[in-house]
Amino acid sequence: MSDVVERTLSALPGLLGQHDPGAGPGGAGGPGRVSASSRLGSLIRSITALTSKHEEEKLIQQELTSLKATVSAPTTTLRLMKECMVRLIYCEMLGYESSFGYIHAIKLAQQGNLLEKRVGYLAVSLFLHENHELLLLLVNTVVKDLQSTNLVEVCMALTVVSQIFPREMIPAVLPLIEDKLQHSKEIIRRKAVQALYKFYLIAPNQVQHIHDKFRKALCDRDAGVMAASLHIYLQMIKENSSGYKDLTSSFVTILKQVVGGKLSADFNYHSVPAPWLQIQLLRILGLLGKDDPRTSELMYDVLDESLRRAEINHNITYAILFECVQTIYTICPKSELLEKAAKCIGKFVLSPKINLKYLGLKALTYVIQQDPNLALQHQMTIIECLDHPDPIIKRETLELLYRITNGQNVVVIVQKMLDYLKESKEEYAIIDLVGKIAELAEKYAPTNEWFIQTMNAVFSVGGDVVHSDIPNNFLRLLAEGFDDAEEDHQLRMYAVQSYLALLEEGDKLYPQKFLQVMSWVLGEYFSLVPDVDPEVILTKLHSLLKKTFVTSETKAWIMAAVTKIASHTSCSKTVDELIQELSSSLDTCLRQYAFELKHLCEDKALMKNLLPFDASCTDLVVDASLSFLDGFVAEGLGHGAAPYKPHHQRQEEKLSQEKALNFEPYGLSFASSVSSSGVTGRQSPTGLSFGSDTSGNSAETGHKETNSLKLEGVRKLWGKEGYLPKKENKTGKGNEPQTVPCGSLLAGQVGEPPALQPDQGASLSEEDKEKQQLASTLFLGLGSSAGVSLMGKADTATQKFKRKSKINETQQLSEEASDLQNSAASDFGPLLDTVPINMEDSEGSVHTRLRKAPPCSSDTVEDNLAFETPQSLRKSMLDDRLSANRLSQSSLFADSNIEIFQPSPSAPCESASETPLVPSLPEELEELPHSEVVGLCQSDALALHLCKVWTDDSLLLIVFVSNKTTSALCAVNLVFEETEHFQILESATSQFPVIEAQSVEHCQKGMRMNKVCTQAILSGSVGYQAEMETHLEFSVTLSLMDFIRPMEMTTEDFGKLWLSLSNDVKQNIKMSSCQDSLSAALDTLQQKLKLHRVDIIGNEGILACQLLPSVPCLLHCRTHSGMLALWFRSPCAALPDGLLYQCQKVMEES
Amino acid sequence: MIKFFLMVNKQGQTRLSRYYEHVEINKRTMLEAEVIKNCLSRSKDECSFIEYKDFKLVYRQYAALFIVVGIDQTENEMAVYELIHNFVEVLDKYFSRVVSETLNLL
Repeated sequence: MSDVVERTLSALPGLLGQHDPGAGPGGAGGPGRVSASSRLGSLIRSITALTSKHEEEKLIQQELTSLKATVSAPTTTLRLMKECMVRLIYCEMLGYESSFGYIHAIKLAQQGNLLEKRVGYLAVSLFLHENHELLLLLVNTVVKDLQSTNLVEVCMALTVVSQIFPREMIPAVLPLIEDKLQHSKEIIRRKAVQALYKFYLIAPNQVQHIHDKFRKALCDRDAGVMAASLHIYLQMIKENSSGYKDLTSSFVTILKQVVGGKLSADFNYHSVPAPWLQIQLLRILGLLGKDDPRTSELMYDVLDESLRRAEINHNITYAILFECVQTIYTICPKSELLEKAAKCIGKFVLSPKINLKYLGLKALTYVIQQDPNLALQHQMTIIECLDHPDPIIKRETLELLYRITNGQNVVVIVQKMLDYLKESKEEYAIIDLVGKIAELAEKYAPTNEWFIQTMNAVFSVGGDVVHSDIPNNFLRLLAEGFDDAEEDHQLRMYAVQSYLALLEEGDKLYPQKFLQVMSWVLGEYFSLVPDVDPEVILTKLHSLLKKTFVTSETKAWIMAAVTKIASHTSCSKTVDELIQELSSSLDTCLRQYAFELKHLCEDKALMKNLLPFDASCTDLVVDASLSFLDGFVAEGLGHGAAPYKPHHQRQEEKLSQEKALNFEPYGLSFASSVSSSGVTGRQSPTGLSFGSDTSGNSAETGHKETNSLKLEGVRKLWGKEGYLPKKENKTGKGNEPQTVPCGSLLAGQVGEPPALQPDQGASLSEEDKEKQQLASTLFLGLGSSAGVSLMGKADTATQKFKRKSKINETQQLSEEASDLQNSAASDFGPLLDTVPINMEDSEGSVHTRLRKAPPCSSDTVEDNLAFETPQSLRKSMLDDRLSANRLSQSSLFADSNIEIFQPSPSAPCESASETPLVPSLPEELEELPHSEVVGLCQSDALALHLCKVWTDDSLLLIVFVSNKTTSALCAVNLVFEETEHFQILESATSQFPVIEAQSVEHCQKGMRMNKVCTQAILSGSVGYQAEMETHLEFSVTLSLMDFIRPMEMTTEDFGKLWLSLSNDVKQNIKMSSCQDSLSAALDTLQQKLKLHRVDIIGNEGILACQLLPSVPCLLHCRTHSGMLALWFRSPCAALPDGLLYQCQKVMEES
Repeated sequence: MIKFFLMVNKQGQTRLSRYYEHVEINKRTMLEAEVIKNCLSRSKDECSFIEYKDFKLVYRQYAALFIVVGIDQTENEMAVYELIHNFVEVLDKYFSRVVSETLNLL
């Protein structure tokens, strides 16, 4: 019977090929007729009849040879070609390449009648991939078909575009497809939306200007078109949820209608209305409502409705319920919904259906961090799943346990993971789990011994597939040490001892990475173990070197260890032997090491000096500019050598020479850039800093530590003593299962099952008891009073291995630097300030703020290098920077064309007389370009206003806090939330101890953009003490343009910089009638976007700007036939896209 | 996101394959062989979702025929599981006689 299905399925392409033009799609008779008459049918039948792979291969090769002859024969008709194409598709589907037919597929799509074209397009979409060169040949056909009056042809073209289209040819079809969004047929509109979705995926910046049209598609009267647009929205909202909050109510309404069965019955699946559409909508809502109470508020009703409607027992409703649960736990919580969702999860987890159980575990894993109580409710089920025969269920359970691990249950959980690892053979599963174990071990290790043994297990089980981060992190942890020197010593000593013991078992094979770790530790810390003769260690390492399974990379590690050990021992027989042996080794690297070692051994003093003990963390000072070579270079130049050119410059030059016509803008400036980029323009690629590496890492761990749980309102089922059995379990004698101490389950002997304490006088079966005891150890610390936070604060205190945070040092240094700068600023102050001093405090702070910005530059590498320069030098450098800043400030907005809100001096006075509490800017800020003062939020007692001030080196947010009451407000605290997009210079909070009645206080925050985005929301809250503590929330939208400043430069500089930048984005945009000339267009860009106009030559213009603090972006514009070709370049990949979007916006507006 | 859609019989022969992400042709055969090996090794009372490499497989068996869908981590497994059935139902509607006969026999 199964072969009947098979025949049906394989007849599918055959059907396509066999229809006579005009026959309806459903009108095909029995498949028997089709396969009997078609050659495809007979091909399939003969393949199915074969028994071995080898025969199949022979048959298909035969078939392909004959097909090749047919398709390349000039006499082959299109009709026959179509038939051949179908067979080619089949062969390729079975895994036999038929690339000779690709070009014929494209031809068929070009030349055939409707059906032949259809097959041609189908073949193209199956054969080719996005970057295939032949795809370009299809573009013309697609353009032609898109303009066809035959709807079927338009449909086919749109279909192929939505499947496969070359990225760089999008502009050729984009206007045509945009037009199709207004087509009267819904199927065309739907396919157009799908094509645009494809474009959005492969080139998002090219469709930025049609976002409004997507909105129209969302409101389309046809549900299919609306559903298609949801794909685009899901993607866009994933990337930037803040931009689409206003659509929340639309999505809610749509979901309500879908759930309420308002769609036609065609959308039903087993009487559930449009389930996949519901899932899509629920996901969108989840993304929109995340961390946003106001938006979440809008969707509570519909989520409730969805939960209620999905109560029928069918797989598809479970899928919807699962999505509901995820959404409910993603958005701001509402207790009723949480309760229902929890019930839902319970139903899943307890279900006898295995698929449902899996779904339940997955849901539980997702919600567990927010609601650990749920894990406690289902602990017995979790334990059962841990021993489930299905390894997939087991693995999902381990994933769950991983999320609830804390200092008290880590030993048991890691043991369970190691057990699973030993059974597993799948590489990906091993890599994943090993990473998790290493992370947990580092975070929660109860003792040194346990930690080292667990890591030993990780390295030996994980083998060489473990991610290289794991050994690196482990070694770094050992090397950097912790806050306690005694602990360091213990840990390192234990590591050395355990490795020596492992190496004792002579002929055991260890993975290479493990051997590398061992040799590093032995080399570095061998002397910590006093009772072991270094000679013994050397002998062991020596014997390792002779083993054949040891790779040459590992041998290099071992040699390094030998060298280190040798430097601390007086002459050693083994070392001499080793040198002797390796000096004639075939491995050149080893020979090199041996020679080095030999020479070093001759000068012990030098050797000691070179390899000091425990100096692995000392930063090396690297002369990144390679200045010691300057003399050599100068000599070379003196002898007539050509000056050094960086790689990209050489390439550009080569390219420009090859071209007959020079399309590169300002190619002329090559000459000057070449001559001046001799010695000075050189930048060494070795400018790496050890410091930046480590500080980055500790920032990451710091981040992990702050993940805390919301535990308000959680019932405490668990005490410190562990598992409290529920009533029904307790029927017999109320025996309290004893907590198994963590120590007894120590992972020392990896192979042993966890030892459980015998339980006395229990009415429960042995098995149940075991499970309960396992539960009591697994869920220890969850919900107990001590461990209120699973991964949060409590753990930061108990965490054993706290890395010494290097970031602190860095911060200290940067503070020092800014102090320096402050003092420098006050020296300059009186000279440079022309503003009369009337508000001393704010005045001072404003100016220091302005000057503080430069040293906090986000460029960490530069910073770290800077900190290694001597203080005096740094000071003079800062002074230089300062005066440069000061000078540029006046010139920054000097372009008189720039539109900046500069209120007349009388304006604030007028408004002030009407309502005394509308704040105005302090005088010295009044002079700078700034926005209007707008209200943020207010309550009865207090109002917040905001004004943006655009200074030359940052965006200042001035927040005014007005006390509207007649009594003083105390302890007003203003906090901005951290976001990934923005960086708040200095602290994110401001405190006002007291705000007098009817008065206004203000504070200012300097902002930087960390991650480029068109716009994003910065939210914050203000709390104050009136009769009771009150909190107000507010949000500010900051756009990219708030952080863009003009960048002054000469045409020559522009040319140089242009060549050195790699990220570029090109786009043509239409110019409206009023800006037909280039200069008019450039004026628009200059005025609206604060770009600096560098030069205009003929029909080309160049502009420059920078993203604060100093990321340049260059723009080259050219006009041709009513189009403006924009070409951006910048070192930052996202910046050109963002600016392009702004350009498109202002050009459309004007 | 759906990465690929496969129909494979119990002998491991591919009956239909459609890739939504480009996979080189010589790698496809290997992938398909491993995928079907993974599916065949599972019993009826094990769940229909498999973690495979960095993505997931959702499979459903119709007589001797396996339909396997490769999805990424963001997808809802149960929804895809039902999508497979939906596909089979569509086939049933399109070629009314044949598939329904087969399905009745299941």
